[in-house]
Amino acid sequence: MTNLQRFPIDGKYGKYGGKYIPETLVPAISELEEAYEKLKNDSSFRKELEYYLKNYAGRPTPLFFAKNLTDHVGGAKIFLKREDLLHGGAHKTNNCLGQCLLAKKMGKKRIIAETGAGQHGVGTAMAAAVLGLNAEIYMGSIDVERQKLNLFRMELLGAKVHHVESGTRTLKDAINEALRDWITNVKDTYYLIGSVVGPHPYPMIVRDFQSVIGEEIKSQLKNLTTTTGTSSPHALVCCVGGGSNAMGTFFPFLDDNKVSLYGVEAGGMGIKTGKHSATLKVGSEGILHGMRTYLLQDEFGQINDTHSISAGLDYPGVGPQHGQLKDIERAEYVTCNDKEALDAFFKLSRLEGIIPALESCHAVSYAMKLAKKMRRDQNIIVTLSGRGDKDIDQVMKFRKKYLGRS
Amino acid sequence: MLSLQNNRIEKKFAELKSRNQKGLICYVLGGYPDASTSEKIISSIVDGGADFIEIGIPFSDPIADGPTIQEASFKALKKGINPDICLGIVRATRKRYPELPIVIMTYSNILQKKGFRKFMEIAKEAGVDGFVLPDMTIEESREYLEYSKNLELASVFLVAPNTSNFRIKRTLEVSTGFVYVVSVYGTTGMRNSFNEYTLTAIRNIKKLSSNKSNISVGFGISRPHHIKLMSKYGADAVIVGSAIIKLIDDNKDESIDCLQDKLKKYIKSLKAACKNNN
Repeated sequence: MTNLQRFPIDGKYGKYGGKYIPETLVPAISELEEAYEKLKNDSSFRKELEYYLKNYAGRPTPLFFAKNLTDHVGGAKIFLKREDLLHGGAHKTNNCLGQCLLAKKMGKKRIIAETGAGQHGVGTAMAAAVLGLNAEIYMGSIDVERQKLNLFRMELLGAKVHHVESGTRTLKDAINEALRDWITNVKDTYYLIGSVVGPHPYPMIVRDFQSVIGEEIKSQLKNLTTTTGTSSPHALVCCVGGGSNAMGTFFPFLDDNKVSLYGVEAGGMGIKTGKHSATLKVGSEGILHGMRTYLLQDEFGQINDTHSISAGLDYPGVGPQHGQLKDIERAEYVTCNDKEALDAFFKLSRLEGIIPALESCHAVSYAMKLAKKMRRDQNIIVTLSGRGDKDIDQVMKFRKKYLGRS
Repeated sequence: MLSLQNNRIEKKFAELKSRNQKGLICYVLGGYPDASTSEKIISSIVDGGADFIEIGIPFSDPIADGPTIQEASFKALKKGINPDICLGIVRATRKRYPELPIVIMTYSNILQKKGFRKFMEIAKEAGVDGFVLPDMTIEESREYLEYSKNLELASVFLVAPNTSNFRIKRTLEVSTGFVYVVSVYGTTGMRNSFNEYTLTAIRNIKKLSSNKSNISVGFGISRPHHIKLMSKYGADAVIVGSAIIKLIDDNKDESIDCLQDKLKKYIKSLKAACKNNN
């Protein structure tokens, strides 16, 4: 299929996407859609967003040739798109700044958001602080326990954090609670979704704000032709939880069929154990959080618990556009288990002096496998979606379990 | 509003109107606190005077529900309650009450997983008269409406206090059985009082419907005086849900007979308010 960039059509990506929402949210979603359509090509809005992305968040982020890793693997050249260097420590800031600015233009002062690992919560708290908005973050009480440091960061940044005690007390329940808050306070509240998920227009808005990643890769490669031998990447590799860093990386290349796209999901403790978050790999079609998409669910349509070493990939759904890309085979979705991710964590730290987020490690791990199968004159771009400082505790815990080291 | 000739819901509304009464729609969560108690609860509610029964099928992620129904759903799922068991409860209820209008309230994914058509066929066969899906929008409902029509099942859509007049008219057109007016900004759950905007919204919808639709008001209603208030502003029926679950929770250590007595008494007090609308 060509011209994939024209999606969504009528809010849908093939059969996925749409809006499955309580009626109270319909006017809010329409208001958002209208405001976004008006502002997205407005030059003063674009200028203001670019100003914050550049001077506040530190864009553009570098495209780094990981020579040591490439030599170690022996195969295609591996490049790292350094979203870990973005203010806040992850790609989330791109979307948070974009949507907070959008909310401000819409006259909404109160921002609510959900967070799993805490990265989107931190990004939202930062963007709200710098733009003079009030942020309230919903976080599952189990995640609060797992990510204490991010909880403190959000509070330092002036956000109010609500601990969610309902359901499985993780990310999906935090989204449920944020939606309930929005239903209750719909008139003055802006819901800032953190990934390419939710009812239309969210998957599109988040994708557009994250597409700066792919656009920069495009122009940076042009300047690197002497190193790469080509101005076009052969493969893009990204981790996929909800799928926003992947969508932002893929989108500018969707209609260039020479570029192979790989999304890496969390294989957790192994697909057969049931303890994973490989939604696209083994999930089935369903309706959750306002969208039709792939879900991890049981035979009756109840949503499954998920597992990953990285809290940021721990989500039973996925962005609807990824569902379309999978079905038409434009992108390939693969998995990387906890142990492989941990292995990549240590490798990248030692070989390149970069401590990557455990989420991003899934992409690094698959890129190493892929590079071996590709020629030395080819290149792979890995989006290093975040930095790993937040994961140090988790890594120390798992190191013993998997590698027998303490 | 389209009309379904042989649907028990519409027959019941016609009957209520001829007797100058308001309808009482009672929500129970299927399989809560367990499958057999759930059947007994329905019996007491019907015997107490409920005109319609709305059976909830628990879903893992009920975004339109407040804490009471959320917690009950979570507990029911933990006990292994599934849609098949809930439809079994419908079958038993249908056998006992051949003319009782029974509506299923659940979230779209429960139907989606089995396939909308297949799920609705099985539900019809079990004795269901219609569906309320709080996360189904008119925009996404083509398939759902087609099967509803073919199977003569009511498709109840919701209207919120902030729904535009244009959209209310669309909703009145596509809804069958009744239109579910969400009384408040928020999720399901008991409230002590209602704001002016709730009453304005009911009056507005009633006016737009030109008396052709059955207007049912839900979310937060728990007391007889709430029913009188909603009736005064144009409601044809009220929906009571969380208050019933709360009553079940408050009496969880009592005997089933005691719970049934209390439920019957409570429903009687609500139904009395439906009869006395002046």
